[in-house]
Amino acid sequence: MSFINWIKRFPYTPAQIAVHVYAWSELVLIIYSWIIYLIYGVFTYPLTVNPIQAMEINTGRHAIALLVLSLACTPLTTLLGWRDLLKRRRALGLYAIMYAVLHVIIFMDLDNGIAWSLLIQTVIQKSYILYGMATFLLLIPLAMTSFDVWKVRLGKNWKRLHQLVYFIAPLAALHYAMDVKGDVFHLSGNINAPVNYAIVIAVLLILRLPFIRRFFASLRTRILFLLTRIIPQPKADVES
Amino acid sequence: MSDTYKPVPVLPSEITPKFLYFNRRDFLKAAGIVTGGAVLAACAPSGGGTSSSADPASVAAYKGKTDELGDPLNSYDDITNYNNYYEFSTAKDAVAPLSKNFKPRPWSVEVSGLVSNPKTYAIDDLLKMFPQEDRIYRLRCVEAWSMVIPWQGFPLASLLKVVQPTSAAKFVRFTTLEDTTQLPAEADTADWPWPYHEGLRLDEAMNDLTILATGLYGAPLPNQDGAPIRLIVPWKYGFKGIKAIVKIELVADQPNTFWQDVDATEYGFYANVNPNVPHPRWLQSSERRIGELSMRPTLMFNGYGAQVASLYQGMDLKLNY
Repeated sequence: MSFINWIKRFPYTPAQIAVHVYAWSELVLIIYSWIIYLIYGVFTYPLTVNPIQAMEINTGRHAIALLVLSLACTPLTTLLGWRDLLKRRRALGLYAIMYAVLHVIIFMDLDNGIAWSLLIQTVIQKSYILYGMATFLLLIPLAMTSFDVWKVRLGKNWKRLHQLVYFIAPLAALHYAMDVKGDVFHLSGNINAPVNYAIVIAVLLILRLPFIRRFFASLRTRILFLLTRIIPQPKADVES
Repeated sequence: MSDTYKPVPVLPSEITPKFLYFNRRDFLKAAGIVTGGAVLAACAPSGGGTSSSADPASVAAYKGKTDELGDPLNSYDDITNYNNYYEFSTAKDAVAPLSKNFKPRPWSVEVSGLVSNPKTYAIDDLLKMFPQEDRIYRLRCVEAWSMVIPWQGFPLASLLKVVQPTSAAKFVRFTTLEDTTQLPAEADTADWPWPYHEGLRLDEAMNDLTILATGLYGAPLPNQDGAPIRLIVPWKYGFKGIKAIVKIELVADQPNTFWQDVDATEYGFYANVNPNVPHPRWLQSSERRIGELSMRPTLMFNGYGAQVASLYQGMDLKLNY
């Protein structure tokens, strides 16, 4: 296909572009910041002078952001009728897992020099790390069966397996909430971000309940109908 | 001269003006800095260290110095661009730019409570009364990172001796400025019990290591590090080092501290650096020195055990965390 033809039939939808640009942005920023450090010896945003801890936090935050975005696709389609969003779930989910893997690798390094036995002890002792590890382990089968060939192999069970994300997302929010400084159970401290995620996740799950989903879908249809009735469609002027 | 020399004809307009000729080196230097600076500015990091207000000469005077264990000082940029100062922001690198408009003058510190000579001191009077000493201390944050910092300040004991605590006084309570025009994030009272408050046992306060710090690297304390006066207790976690102090009160009962009020199961009153007492979130047995990429083992009492271990004889440090 010639370049002109490619431009005329630009193959990527806006949602597609947005997803890939947003997903890679964090990693690109991190790598850029390391390059600046190697050249100028200065740490810039998003790395601070404590770059390993900053990377740990930022990969984790981006992972849960992507996971929640992937969860948001279906409700947004229900509300807005934007069917292209449904095709973006897989990319968002896989990107979330990509950052989760980086997050776990940096965690292993954060306590570098620690023997495996101590690492296991850390995971068991610190409940927030236990929830994080559980989140990560549960995401692995979802990542591995993300591809169409598995839909054929698993049949009905593929959908049931991937509905695990309804459990994984709140678990990730709990991990986040217990990691920040403060007491989420008494609502004190640095809990705004994780609590907001928890609320958003709850809303996204509620919007999936069948009767609520039907309500909003029909609401959308009725609003569209009213809008097209009240706002007359302009008749095209044909000058032949 | 020989006839092989043929002078090249030159137009008068091509002759370098006398002024430029005699100042050509300065002219080239200025031009070079401008263009070089423009090139660098185009690709230089943005959002990196906000320029410090320290006199480069005063910072240079500390070159090559170390703490008593031989570890090098952290740079002025490190210390002034990585701050836990939630009254401005929970983002450590955002505190420096956000605190630029903080005004540490006029400032006074009220010393009151169970003392014979209660008084409110203007900060500049305190600086005149007590000669500033150089104290190079390790600061160990509860988040398992640490720095080596050259503070200037005076022992808290000097101030307490002037005000003379009565026999009923057992603890010292400190309070930070409460003013949302100066410390904007104090407006969020839903999540945080502002103003920041801290406390020490009287013998901890009288220990020579405990200082009220007013300077850093030979210059006045920058806003993001707790200007104009803050507490430094080097054998305890960094959050005991309350910043922007306005009130020092001698009391009879153990005061609650800010982080105890936020989450008492995680943050205790004593907060001694102790690798044997794990924190619910961080194994406290190792730490990362800023500037190094690998972890190092945490020292009991942050390496100051010789001077302070006697304060805790017979105390169960797991219970009194």
